[in-house]
Amino acid sequence: MHLHSRDIGHFAWGALRSYPGRTFLMLLAMAIGVAAVIVLTALGEGARRYVVDEFSALGTNLVIVIPGRSETGGLNPSTLMGETPRDLTIADARALTRSVNVRRVAPLNVGQAEVSWGGRSREVVIVGATHEYLAIRHWKLGQGRFLPAAKWEQALPVAVIGSKIRRELFGPRRALGQWLRIGDRRYRVIGILASRGRSIGVDVEDLVIIPVASALQLFNTPSLFRILVEARSREAIAPVKRFIVDTLQRRHQGVKDVTVITQDAVLATFDRILGALTYAVGGIAAISLAVAGILIMNVMLVAVSQRTAEIGLLKALGATRRTISVLILAEAILLSGLGAVGGLLLGLAGNVVIRRILPVLPAQTPLWALLSALMVAIVTGLLFSLLPARRAAALDPVLALSRR
Amino acid sequence: MIDLEHIHRDFRVGDQIVHALDDVSLHIDAGDYVSIMGPSGSGKSTLLNIIGLLDRPTAGTYRLNGRDVTDLSDTEQAEVRNREIGFVFQAFHLVPRLNAFENVELPLILAGVEPAERQRRVREALAAVGLTERAHHKPDQLSGGQRQRVAIARATIMRPNVILADEPTGNLDHRSGGEVIRTLEELNAAGIALIVVTHDPLVGERARRQLHMLDGRLERDLQTHHAPA
Ligand SMILES: Nc1ncnc2c1ncn2[C@@H]1O[C@H](COP(=O)(O)OP(=O)(O)OP(=O)(O)O)[C@@H](O)[C@H]1O
Ligand SMILES: [Mg+2]
Repeated sequence: MHLHSRDIGHFAWGALRSYPGRTFLMLLAMAIGVAAVIVLTALGEGARRYVVDEFSALGTNLVIVIPGRSETGGLNPSTLMGETPRDLTIADARALTRSVNVRRVAPLNVGQAEVSWGGRSREVVIVGATHEYLAIRHWKLGQGRFLPAAKWEQALPVAVIGSKIRRELFGPRRALGQWLRIGDRRYRVIGILASRGRSIGVDVEDLVIIPVASALQLFNTPSLFRILVEARSREAIAPVKRFIVDTLQRRHQGVKDVTVITQDAVLATFDRILGALTYAVGGIAAISLAVAGILIMNVMLVAVSQRTAEIGLLKALGATRRTISVLILAEAILLSGLGAVGGLLLGLAGNVVIRRILPVLPAQTPLWALLSALMVAIVTGLLFSLLPARRAAALDPVLALSRR
Repeated sequence: MIDLEHIHRDFRVGDQIVHALDDVSLHIDAGDYVSIMGPSGSGKSTLLNIIGLLDRPTAGTYRLNGRDVTDLSDTEQAEVRNREIGFVFQAFHLVPRLNAFENVELPLILAGVEPAERQRRVREALAAVGLTERAHHKPDQLSGGQRQRVAIARATIMRPNVILADEPTGNLDHRSGGEVIRTLEELNAAGIALIVVTHDPLVGERARRQLHMLDGRLERDLQTHHAPA
C-alpha cells in the first residue's frame, strides 16, 4: 500500500484548488513574509555594500596621517581643525616614502578660496596635492593632464578643476590652457577631472586641485592638512602604520604629535554594524513567516474539520493514519512552497524596483538570506500543519462518516 | 466467510453504558445476500461498522475468511478495508471536488495501482453501473441514484468479497432506489456477498437471508430459499 507521490501531489493540489479564495490568502501571507525577508535583507546588505564601496573609493589600503595627537585614537574637533603643536610638513611626507611597504604618499592641504575667470567667480574647495593624489583616490581625468610629477616643494602655477567648476566658469568655452585666478594668484588650467565617482565628503565635480606647495603659499600656512599613505597591500597596513608613527616621532624630537588612522579599522566597524543590522531586519522579517505559519495551522485545522467526512471516507476506502497525515502535510508543504516561491519572485522584483529608485544602494539579497527565507517558510508550513495532520489522522471514521 | 462470536459493543454516554451490540454471534457465507432490519437504535449500523472494520468490538472475536481480524493494527485493518470490503453509504459520500471517474479511482490510488491499470478498471466499473457517459461529471451534476451508482462502482473497484450497504436507498426515491438495489443484486449474482441494512421491508424481503435486530441482539434470522420476486 504505497501511494505514488504524483498522486499525493495531485490530490493535495486538487484540495487546495477547491478553496481558491482561502488558498490565495494563505499563499499571499506566506509570500509577503518571504518577500519581506528578501527585501529587508537586500536593503541592509545594500547599505553595507554602499558604505564599503564608498570607503574603497577613498582609496585602497589607505593610512591617513592627521596632525595633532588624539587620545582616543579617533577623530575629535582639534584633530579635524588640524591644530597641532608642531607642523606636519612636506619634508615629513617625503620621509614617509622611505619604506618598502609604502607604495604612494600624497601630502595634502585643503582650504576655501574664491576662484574666478572672465568676470565669473565662485567660492570653491581648493585641494593642495601632488601627482600621486589621483592614483591614491582612484579618480579619473576627463581632459588634459594631472599635476606633473615635479618636486613637491615646487609651487607651480597650475590647476586641475572639477567638471562643475569648468561648466560654471567657462560654459561652452575651452577651459584647458586658460589662466584662472584663485585668491590673489593666477594658475593655468591643465586638466579637468572626470565627473564619475564620488568619495565620502568630497564632490569630485566641485573642487580645484593645485600643487601642495602652491596651496601652502596660497593659504599662507606651513602645515599640511593630511598626509595620505597607500600601503602596498592589506597586510602591509600595520607595519606602515608603525613606520609612520616611528618616523614622525623621530622627526618631531621624540614627541608623538600625529594621529594615524586606517580606513580599514573604520570600514571594519561599519561593516560589522551594518552586517548585524542586516541580520536583525532579516530576523524581524522572519517573524512574519512564523505568523504566516500560524495562519496556515489555523486554516489547515479549519480544512480538516470541513473535510471530516472526506477523511472518514478515505479511511473507509483503505487510507491508513499515515496516509491521511501525508495528504494533509502535502497540502501544507505545497501551500508554503508555492507561497515561498511567489514571495521569492515578489521580493526579487522589489529589489529591482529599489535599485531603480535608489541606484546608489546596491540592493541585493545575500544568498544566505534567500535560502533561509525559503527554508523557514517551508519548515514553518510543515511544523504548523503537524497538529492538523495528527488531528485528521486520529479521526474516528464512524463518527466522521455519520456527521452530516 | 464472516464469523462473529459473542460480539459486544458498549458505548459510554456520560456515566451510562449503552449496549449497542449485546452478545451477537453470526456466520455469513461467501456470496450470500443478507438484509438487516430492525427499529432505530437497535444496533444495525454498529454491527455493519464492526464487520467493515471501521469500529472495534468491546468484546468477542471477528474472523474474516478464517483470519482473526479483531486485533489487527490500524495499518492492517486499512489494508483489509481497501482490498476485501466495499462500502455503500446512505449519504453517498462522494468527494465533491472530484468527478465520477476520480471518485471511483480513489481506492486504486490508495492501493498504489499504476495509472494505466486504474484507467482501465475505472472505465469498466463505470460501464458496469451504466455511467460511462457521466465519468467527468462532478457529484453535484448527478442525480441521487447516479451518485449512489458511482459509490457502488467505487465499492467494487477493488473486487472485494463483500459489500456493506447502510441504507443505500434511504436518500432516494422509489424508482432510483430500485435501480440501486438491482445494481447491487447484479454484483451479488456475480459472487460478491451483499449485506444491506434497511428500514424498507420491500428492500429487506428481497434478501435470501433476513436478520432482525432488537436492542443490540439478533432477534430473528430468516432464510428464504426461493428466488426473490
Ligand atoms: N458513537 C456513539 N456513542 C454513543 N452511543 C452510540 C454511538 N453510536 C451508536 N450509539 C448508540 O448505539 C445504539 C445503536 O446505534 P446504531 O447506530 O447502530 O443504530 P441503528 O440500528 O443503525 O439505528 P438507525 O436505524 O437509526 O440508523 C443506539 O442506542 C445509539 O444511540
Ligand atoms: Mg443506522
